[in-house]
Amino acid sequence: MKILYFAWLRERLNKGEDEVNPPAEVKTIGDLIDWLATKDDAAGLAFGNRKIIRAAIDAAIVDHSAPLAGAKVVALFPPMTGG
Amino acid sequence: MSVRVQQAPFDPGAETNAFLAVADGAGASVTFTGLVRSLPDDPVATLTLDCYPELALNQIGNMVEQAIDRFHLLDATVIHRYGTLRAGEPIVQVMTLASHRQAAFEGAEFLMDFLKTDAPFWKKQRSPGGNEHWVDAKPADDVARARWK
Repeated sequence: MKILYFAWLRERLNKGEDEVNPPAEVKTIGDLIDWLATKDDAAGLAFGNRKIIRAAIDAAIVDHSAPLAGAKVVALFPPMTGG
Repeated sequence: MSVRVQQAPFDPGAETNAFLAVADGAGASVTFTGLVRSLPDDPVATLTLDCYPELALNQIGNMVEQAIDRFHLLDATVIHRYGTLRAGEPIVQVMTLASHRQAAFEGAEFLMDFLKTDAPFWKKQRSPGGNEHWVDAKPADDVARARWK
């Protein structure tokens, strides 16, 4: 599964994308964030305030309860500041 | 309808003229142009917008479809830039076309309120002294968006 990161999440993780293979118990976006946060100290800090992280699966916005099954590209990012 | 997400600058007047050139049967059009703001107590040299273009096209396309349905617009266009912009440069332009002015105004406001909270852009502000910070999402923008529920 490919993950894209944007804005300060990308900077704090020092990468714009990642290829991951999470264990079977990681079933939702929320699970994925929790799992990513355990990877190293930078990830722990970047995902420290997990509630504010927004997500998309295959270029459609989803919430933290969305299932990962079948997802090709997951994007994780801070609240949007468009306009 | 038309949605463009681009790094290249655009000419706000030329875009409005092109939009109006195919306005047969309409009675009103509104153009809103958003600029990179620099204020004396919050000076900005550049604003760099990070963007997820594929998601932006999906999100803005949905917004424009909703605006056309809800306000019975005859047409609508959104142009949104990303990359590094200088103070004073246009970032975003929303244009609506309708039979009457109220629909054209409301459609443009609706689109701008949704762009603030639901379009995947993230702004990094750089001061003339070189300090950089990511612009936080504003609670007032969530309030503005919520009034359309």
